Amino acid sequence: MFNKDKGSTMKRAISMLGAVVVLAAIVGPASAQTLKAVKDRGSLVCGVSQGLPGFSSPDDKGAWTGFDVDFCRALAAAIFNDPTKVKYSPLSARDRFEPLKSGQIDVLARNTTWILSRDALFNFAGVNFYDGQGFMVRKGLKVNSALELNGASVCTQAGTTTELNLADYFRANSMRYEVIAFGTADEMVKAYEAGRCDAMTTDVSQLYAEKLKLANANDHVILPEIISKEPLGPLVRHGDDQWLDVVRWTLFAMLNAEELGISSKNIDDAVKSNIPEIKRLVGVEGNFGEQIGLTKDWVVRIVKHVGNYGESFERNVGTGSKLGISRGLNRLWTKGGIQYAPPIR
Amino acid sequence: MRRRSADGVISGPPRIPFYNNPRIRGVLYQLILLAALIWLAYEFVINVRANLAAQGFSSGFGFLGNTAGFGVSQSLIAYSESDSYGRVFVVGLLNTLLVSAIGIVFATLLGFVIGLARLSQNWLVARLAGGYVEVIRNLPLLFQILFWYLAVLGTLPLPRQSFSVFGQVFLNNRGVIVPAPLFGEGASYVGGACLLGILATIALARWARHRQDLTGKQFPVFVSGIGLIIGIPFLVLATLGFPISFETPQLRGFNFVGGIRLIPEFIALLIALSTYTAAYIAEVVRAGVQSVPHGQSEAALGLGFKRGLLLRLIVVPQALRVMVPLLTNQYLNLTKNSTLGVAIGYPDLFGLFAGTTLNQTHQAIEVIAITMAVYLVISLVTSFVMNWYNMRLRLVER
Repeated sequence: MFNKDKGSTMKRAISMLGAVVVLAAIVGPASAQTLKAVKDRGSLVCGVSQGLPGFSSPDDKGAWTGFDVDFCRALAAAIFNDPTKVKYSPLSARDRFEPLKSGQIDVLARNTTWILSRDALFNFAGVNFYDGQGFMVRKGLKVNSALELNGASVCTQAGTTTELNLADYFRANSMRYEVIAFGTADEMVKAYEAGRCDAMTTDVSQLYAEKLKLANANDHVILPEIISKEPLGPLVRHGDDQWLDVVRWTLFAMLNAEELGISSKNIDDAVKSNIPEIKRLVGVEGNFGEQIGLTKDWVVRIVKHVGNYGESFERNVGTGSKLGISRGLNRLWTKGGIQYAPPIR
Repeated sequence: MRRRSADGVISGPPRIPFYNNPRIRGVLYQLILLAALIWLAYEFVINVRANLAAQGFSSGFGFLGNTAGFGVSQSLIAYSESDSYGRVFVVGLLNTLLVSAIGIVFATLLGFVIGLARLSQNWLVARLAGGYVEVIRNLPLLFQILFWYLAVLGTLPLPRQSFSVFGQVFLNNRGVIVPAPLFGEGASYVGGACLLGILATIALARWARHRQDLTGKQFPVFVSGIGLIIGIPFLVLATLGFPISFETPQLRGFNFVGGIRLIPEFIALLIALSTYTAAYIAEVVRAGVQSVPHGQSEAALGLGFKRGLLLRLIVVPQALRVMVPLLTNQYLNLTKNSTLGVAIGYPDLFGLFAGTTLNQTHQAIEVIAITMAVYLVISLVTSFVMNWYNMRLRLVER
């Protein structure tokens, strides 16, 4: 009898202990220590797409390249002076927010649209690509405008702003439609190619990228209508102001560098410049990098390893790449676009 | 009870204090553990809510009243983009139940055929059935779903070049479109007449069995039943002047308008689930039939039974006793496997609710908890019904 008592007491104690451990593990990362955690870990964990040419896609050797990937590399360069210290976490549109919420990734750079309902839960660090939603159809349908799509079947990705904008557009124009929502972009493209839907809809930059993956890219055309505002940018968790500053000002550093004419080609000369603005940018004057938890030469690190905003744009999605998207709205404000970064001072 | 007799002799079992009584101690420990578990669950909920609130996420089920804002390609009830997430939940649930119920029926029918075919005397039929089972069982279901989807999409033409049957039924890669019935006045009488036909058939079957017990004469119940179920409603239709008419689908622009459409996602998922589960059910059927002692078949064949009657009247009823618990497993598997439909865009509960709704509202815990609870309830109901049927089949000892 004595043994039985001891056994049941032990069992109870163990179950209580187990419960306490489980409870402790549930307490999430609510504290504002992301930069410290990243430095301790020695690498940045970046959430990216599962393979969108131009923005984030792995090449045949498994190395990630793209516009969003470049942003992650710029962050890593600013923190570690080594752009390769990044681990990329490919996420589908449906499952991209949970890892950020739970702390599995440090930043989500996955061509995500800045909207109020997402801003209420996370912090957007800025807009690295001003985009809009459009439609792609086969040339053979002889459709020249999205307003001619009454009664069409449209493929889209589940859980995106695209689904909602599509519904709004067709309702506003009193058009009928059938929407088929897929879990990943690849499934959507496969179904569109098989003819399941007449049109495919997503951000225009994504349409350009997905067009590259089609068997006969020239048989498809992107319609001229832009039916929504899609400001795409990186985002971080709520509750960590310092990390938000680091991510936000990495983007602004790249924009300011382009504005001042600093690129990866002339960064070594820029360090010796006498112009006050450039001296502040490269850290010769002032300690602006240290004010946000980085080093004085944080911008030099970024531009040397990754380049400025324009270089990254042209290399990945612009005229120097297979997508061939023109700068458009993404030009600097001095050149007629709306990319405008606050000054570093 | 301990007693003390008049001369001071204590007799009876020794009296122990209540805190040493094993039964009372057992109950006490269980009460303490129960209280601890309830406290733990309470702490868990409070902790989660506090953490979510600290990060700015709302909790609670209020989001079910918010507007959904997205469209759905298949809905058994009326649905528009301005309906709430609660209605999206119902639409998804109905889609899941639809594909699961029809899938279970098809899988059982096909599984029985293949299982019995594998036991056939015909060498070719048996080998073909065996090959089917081995191939289908060993390929992952997701691949099979994708295969059927791309096969269905790939072979069917675009709407502008649809296959048409008598100009009424159309087949294209947007689905199968059949004429929709338009119910005029008096259509409800036809529904009542159908019910009457079914009841009449049941009564006829009972009477025919009673007559066979008494006189041994058989009555063609099956054919008469069909005649009743079709004939009585048809008579009512004719008398009322055919109040049910059909609206032919018309090709307008990109797609057909009017009529009822089965989307290719539904068709592909149904075919994949049915053929996959049928392979497993075939093996269950084979196990059940082989479990019936061979002496039964020998005796029946000796009495002059034909093979078909032998199966129907003697082997399968006894085999069912073994098969029903295993069939329950396969039905539950089919219901849960239907969630793979999200890979081809089928708007089932998982895809619409645990996918799109979760992503739009970010209320992961509530959405996943509701989804898990719903699948649990569906599975419990299915196994409850099957267990009831199993009880009915058990051997009743005299």
